[in-house]
Amino acid sequence: MAEIVSLSEAVRQLVRDGDTVALEGFTHLIPVAAGQEIIRQGRLDLTLVRMTPDIVYDQLIGAGCARKLVFSWGGNPGVGSLHRFRDAVEHAWPRPLAIEEHSHAGMANRYVAGASGLPFAVLRGYRGTDLVEHTATIREITCPFTGEVLAAVPAINPDVTIVHAQQADHDGNVQMWGITGVQNEAVLAARSSLVTVEEVVERLEPRPGAVVLPSWSITNVAVVPGGAHPSYAHGYSDRDNAYYRHWDAISRDRAEFGRWLDGIRSGHATTAGV
Amino acid sequence: MTVDVSYSTDEMMSVAAARRLHGGSRCFVGIGLPSTAANLARATHAPDLVLVYESGTLGAKPGRLPLSIGDGVLADTADSVVTVPEIFNYWLQPGRIDVGFLGAAQIDRFANINTTVVGRYHKPTVRLPGAGGAPEIAASCGEVVVVVRQSPRTFVERVDFVTSIGYGAGPGDRERLGLRGAGPTAVITELGVLQPDLDSRELVLTHLHPGVTVKQAQAATGWPLAVAADLQRSDPPTEHELVVLRRLQASQAEEAE
Repeated sequence: MAEIVSLSEAVRQLVRDGDTVALEGFTHLIPVAAGQEIIRQGRLDLTLVRMTPDIVYDQLIGAGCARKLVFSWGGNPGVGSLHRFRDAVEHAWPRPLAIEEHSHAGMANRYVAGASGLPFAVLRGYRGTDLVEHTATIREITCPFTGEVLAAVPAINPDVTIVHAQQADHDGNVQMWGITGVQNEAVLAARSSLVTVEEVVERLEPRPGAVVLPSWSITNVAVVPGGAHPSYAHGYSDRDNAYYRHWDAISRDRAEFGRWLDGIRSGHATTAGV
Repeated sequence: MTVDVSYSTDEMMSVAAARRLHGGSRCFVGIGLPSTAANLARATHAPDLVLVYESGTLGAKPGRLPLSIGDGVLADTADSVVTVPEIFNYWLQPGRIDVGFLGAAQIDRFANINTTVVGRYHKPTVRLPGAGGAPEIAASCGEVVVVVRQSPRTFVERVDFVTSIGYGAGPGDRERLGLRGAGPTAVITELGVLQPDLDSRELVLTHLHPGVTVKQAQAATGWPLAVAADLQRSDPPTEHELVVLRRLQASQAEEAE
């Protein structure tokens, strides 16, 4: 059964130096507050896994928490570059960042394999692209039935997956709706998991298209209202598009980012402090 | 109300791209210029165009331009919202999508697309966002339309990195690789339209937008751009197209505040 604890307690219990950590949420429901708690607790040498690194990993990379990034699209959606990510790849600042690069289809299938307890996934993908040459986790496999050559990608099984959802009940069952991305697979692929939620409700009302994670499939739940800001929680908040543009200015300059980071580490600032 | 019927080159590009899309077809839409054009098509001549975004929204009908592929307006207006593994495995991979609408940071004479790095992979001059959904969109959609502004920096002889394959090194490459879609059929820019020659698979200039010369299009291309024998002139945007495009863009700007 999932234990409902504070965010700082959950991160302290679940995230260790050197871990492989996945914070998922496809534009929607990004667990940004949890990422900042990882920064605050000073975790190091993490392998960060996420389809779209977004602002949440730009922050962790700039803070020097990451050794490696496994991803498929690293931009600031609707704005441009992730400057901390680029600075790490182009100039090894604040430390070198190894990258393992896939396509969305490949990453999604890696999570599916992980959630399914399989060693790898098969897809019709990557053919003719230079990703094959640079990413060791893309191989070819021949279908034993038809002889078709397909792509094989290994399962992702994070030490911990963190996602954000709209609601939990008192037993720690979780419900999320709207664009649910790859969160179900990412949670089920992981050895442990944390779900931050907007609120705890008496009873989860069935909703069309919702993903419900039973309490016994999750390690910890933490109540963090607004924990997805500047992304959004469908039915609770709107995407803060102005903040995505504001982040461009903060992240573009190392000193400016340093001041932002001081605020996070001292616990006084959040992304909401614009 | 009087409408300013003078138009920008970007407006001409969006209109030309929108005209490529036909009612009833199912279109996998990238964010940015492709999304603008696809929404313009749906709001003008192709109301039953099916817009599919990689966030899992099937048949999205946004009343304004979405700011990202996961914009809430897409989920609110979709026929169905599916997960990311499902959108790629069940909808894109089996060939259910007619047209892939993509952007590019670099594109070469065989319509290969780079959105990964400028320079060498391990020591890039510019690190770009990467692949996203594009490699499989380029491989599996019935056809691909690229919308991109034209300059010698963008239109290069050979891309630094093949993120999404067009025609590889030329004729026969897509077939050898077993790719199911036909590949890029048009590249729409603010100057005109480039399309692959049926024999050589090389992109050639097939349409010029009003007021643009062949010389301008060639100067904006990093390889010796061939011109089709039956080079055509695009019709300028209609008043209706401009009104709708400007309304869509104004609503996006408002939302971004």
